[in-house]
Amino acid sequence: MRNESLINSLDWQVILIYLVLVFAGWLNIYAADYDPDLNQGILSLQMSSGKQLIWIITSLGIITFIMLLDFRFYDSFAYIIYGILIALLIGVLLFGREVAGSKSWFEIGSMRLQPAEFTKYATALGLAKFLSKPLRQNSELKNQMIGFAFFLVPMALIILQGDLGSAMVFGSLVLVMFREGMHPLILIVGLSVAVVFLLTLLLNQTVLLIGITVLTLLFVGLMAKSPKKIAIILLLGVVTAGFVKSVDFILTDVLKPHQQQRVMQLLNPNRDPLGAGWQVTQSKIAIGSGGWTGKGYLQGTQTKFNFVPDQTTDNIFCTVGEEHGWFGSILLVAAFTYLFLRLIFLAERQKSTFARIYGYGVVSIMFFHFAFNIAMTIGLFPVIGIPLPFFSYGGSALWGFTILLFTFLKLDAHRMQVLERI
Amino acid sequence: MSSRTFIIQGIIVLIGLIFTIRLFYIQVVNDEYKRAAQNNIIQEIVDYPFRGLIYDRNGDLMVYNKPVYDLMVIPKEVDLADSSELIKLLGIDHQTFNKKLNKAKSYSSILSSKFVEQIPNDEFAKIQDRLINFSGFYPLPRTVRGYNHHILSNTLGYVSEIDRRELNRDTSNYYKPGDYIGKTGIEKEQEEILRGKRGVRYKIVNVQGVVKGEFSDGQYDTASIPGQSIQLTIDTELQSYAEYLLEGKVASLVAIEPGTGEILAMVSKPSYDPSLLSGRDFGKNFDKIRKDSLKPLYNRPLQATYSPGSMFKTIQSLIAMQEGVLTSEEKIRCDGTLIGDHAPPGIYDVEKAIMLSSNNYFYKVFKRVIEQGVHDSRYLDSRVGLKKWNDYISRFGLGHRLGVDIPNEGSGLVPDVKFYDKWYGENRWAFSNIYSLSIGQGELLVTPLQMANLGAILANRGYYYTPHILKAIDGETSEYLAPIEMGIDSTHYESVINGMESVIKRSAFRAYIPDIAICGKTSTVENSQGMDHSGFMAFAPKDDPKIAIAVYVENAGWGARAAASTASLVIEKYIRGNITRSWVEDFVLKGDFLDEDQKKALEEMNREKAKAKTNNPL
Repeated sequence: MRNESLINSLDWQVILIYLVLVFAGWLNIYAADYDPDLNQGILSLQMSSGKQLIWIITSLGIITFIMLLDFRFYDSFAYIIYGILIALLIGVLLFGREVAGSKSWFEIGSMRLQPAEFTKYATALGLAKFLSKPLRQNSELKNQMIGFAFFLVPMALIILQGDLGSAMVFGSLVLVMFREGMHPLILIVGLSVAVVFLLTLLLNQTVLLIGITVLTLLFVGLMAKSPKKIAIILLLGVVTAGFVKSVDFILTDVLKPHQQQRVMQLLNPNRDPLGAGWQVTQSKIAIGSGGWTGKGYLQGTQTKFNFVPDQTTDNIFCTVGEEHGWFGSILLVAAFTYLFLRLIFLAERQKSTFARIYGYGVVSIMFFHFAFNIAMTIGLFPVIGIPLPFFSYGGSALWGFTILLFTFLKLDAHRMQVLERI
Repeated sequence: MSSRTFIIQGIIVLIGLIFTIRLFYIQVVNDEYKRAAQNNIIQEIVDYPFRGLIYDRNGDLMVYNKPVYDLMVIPKEVDLADSSELIKLLGIDHQTFNKKLNKAKSYSSILSSKFVEQIPNDEFAKIQDRLINFSGFYPLPRTVRGYNHHILSNTLGYVSEIDRRELNRDTSNYYKPGDYIGKTGIEKEQEEILRGKRGVRYKIVNVQGVVKGEFSDGQYDTASIPGQSIQLTIDTELQSYAEYLLEGKVASLVAIEPGTGEILAMVSKPSYDPSLLSGRDFGKNFDKIRKDSLKPLYNRPLQATYSPGSMFKTIQSLIAMQEGVLTSEEKIRCDGTLIGDHAPPGIYDVEKAIMLSSNNYFYKVFKRVIEQGVHDSRYLDSRVGLKKWNDYISRFGLGHRLGVDIPNEGSGLVPDVKFYDKWYGENRWAFSNIYSLSIGQGELLVTPLQMANLGAILANRGYYYTPHILKAIDGETSEYLAPIEMGIDSTHYESVINGMESVIKRSAFRAYIPDIAICGKTSTVENSQGMDHSGFMAFAPKDDPKIAIAVYVENAGWGARAAASTASLVIEKYIRGNITRSWVEDFVLKGDFLDEDQKKALEEMNREKAKAKTNNPL
């Protein structure tokens, strides 16, 4: 009887989209890997698709487990889960195995596990727990600082691992903070920083510094009526100038050479089409050659000849673009967009603050993955190497997103019980 | 729902719209990507540079490049209905063909790999036209070394494909698998000058394997830059002649221009034809040469070490005179009792002692240098003397490498205080233990190059330029070398040089050339393994030296015979340009150098060896 009510109260729209995305991803992983000469079936374990099927089946097991667990578990154990994952992140820094320049994998026998994938989940739980505490003013500066620390700490640890792409994902939780009362100025400042950063890369440093000086003086002359305002504007000017100066330092000392190249590549795609730009050029060619309806399933020539690197993982969208064209691509974009909007709708209907904030965390993380993954394949953002949720090949990622999503569905299914408890 | 929720929803919808529009643009509006996809198979074709040419000192081309073709294959594009025609064309069997194709497939199906290596130009011309019918196969022009003269192989060295070990050691990151690299000799030493710079061309081939043209109008192609040519100090004619004379012997010869240190000729025998280590039979030939018991790959004039023998007496006289323990006029009575001697008893001075190579005289002279009476203990006295003597010897370029610009130079051996302390124990050796040094025997070891350099020092009366073989790079003469001084007054050289002149006039009659004043010194190097080695060091002409030379012929007995005759012919060839004494040439070419006594001794030696063998069948 209890299970029946659980099934009835689950949001089947989201589950349906999840199943469609996972299944479509699986078909596309096979297409990306497909070699007509090898003649391997979609179930063959020599193909990525065969292995992905194992991950999909185990994910269904995980879903069952999440559904059977008491919904209050997540609220109660949020900090503990968060603590364990932070400890694992530190552990991987000390004992982890380095793969492709990033020290972010645990190796247990032949199994490799990437704690960063699960840290997103733990951070969403931890942050939700913290912000949902009754009688706490989330607009208070001190509480906001602690809130930020919840995702800046794992972010820093993952940067130390050398995995800038995964670390950036945590930045998406700013959206949660914003929803829960963060001063919009922070969002504006963040955007300004990004704009100045880009300008620094694009324009000559001297020109930019002169521009900042002129603007600062202009503002002082036009707007500043009191000494306090003059001081603030002058301070802003100096800080901006200092930031411009330090971008150069960041570019040469903080970013790794391959990341520097990718940033420069975005700004000037024709700089080195065979070197650093190879990935962007090739993924754009693959997607662009799809046309209205695509070349048809398993008919993609670009993917067949392995022009695009990481086709089954980060660049899985290329296969969609090439073989299913614009119609296929916008169908995928629409499916994700609908999923996010639906999740926001679910989050807003939560009675418990914890569940609502957690729901926003889920949306933020998945939306970030979706937006930046596709942006990089169509040349709108530098290649940062993060997977497309549910689509990309890889066990850690699929498990991570599944746990993230279904924990929220479980919480949502019990939303009516919250009132009874209080 | 709050306004903030609305903003977040707005961002999500906005991103979805941006993607939709962007995708519409690149997938539907812009057909540049469709064209690019059509032409997307970009083949990288390496443009191998021409290796720098090698000229001799007179501008005579010694080493050039011969065109060959590697047949490359891209397995994905191979479309063979019937492979037998291609197999026939290439002249290989079915099995090899399939093996090679499978190997290429296992490497990569879309990247090209080598199918048949180094097809010579004339063979390639025969198959070139028909090769077009076989898609997936294309020729890649390369060059291998060609030689105008089949000489100087050990010093020139050879070029072949870079191996894994060399790739790992390459810190410059220039080399890629399949590149050729100078492995030994000058080819190795001057590799960076000779190799040039690899170029690359990008060709667009469509999905069906048809070449569509250049990628981006060749914007990213780079042309190969040929290597720089180098000029050697070698005189091809002299080198050829010297090699001709020493053919069939185990011998080394080095000739140097004393005024510059330029190496005019450098012979190592037995050797090999340099063209054997160029082209597609490299592997087969290299194996054969490497396994040869006479070690043709060994560059004897640089690597082989011998006792200097009597040549060393020139240095001994100079050191003694500079130390003030001997004057050129001083008469010393030698009765031939101190040490075995071929010179008769009598009264000697420097000139006569050099001429007749008196062992007893130099025993006494060396004793004076070693035991200068600064200590009561003869052990301590000898230590001081030997140390002083070592300083001089080192200046003569002995006991260490001269620094010639050819790889693998040997350093020889000059025993010093440390050496004897280890050998006998500290203060347990004195002159009586080391007197063999006085006549250039004992533990002393020198390379033929060091002895030719000694000839140059004597010719210059007291200095030398580091011997070298690189004269110019692309016509630009290499850097100026500073002379290295011996620290011995030039006046001391006269008596020694007069003695050397008399050697030729009086005792080494085969080396005598009527109108060229040769100053030389023979060595008959004791050899415990068999017959003595014949050695000779000389320079000529006496007053205006043009050439300094050292020759060693192994197991050829008297220095005055094999080595001196060869050296005099090379000197005559260099100075006069032709040979007037054909009888000496016949003598050298015949190679029958031993005199009657030595022949008997050799027979005796062989008999004993045979006996020893039968007694110890193991």
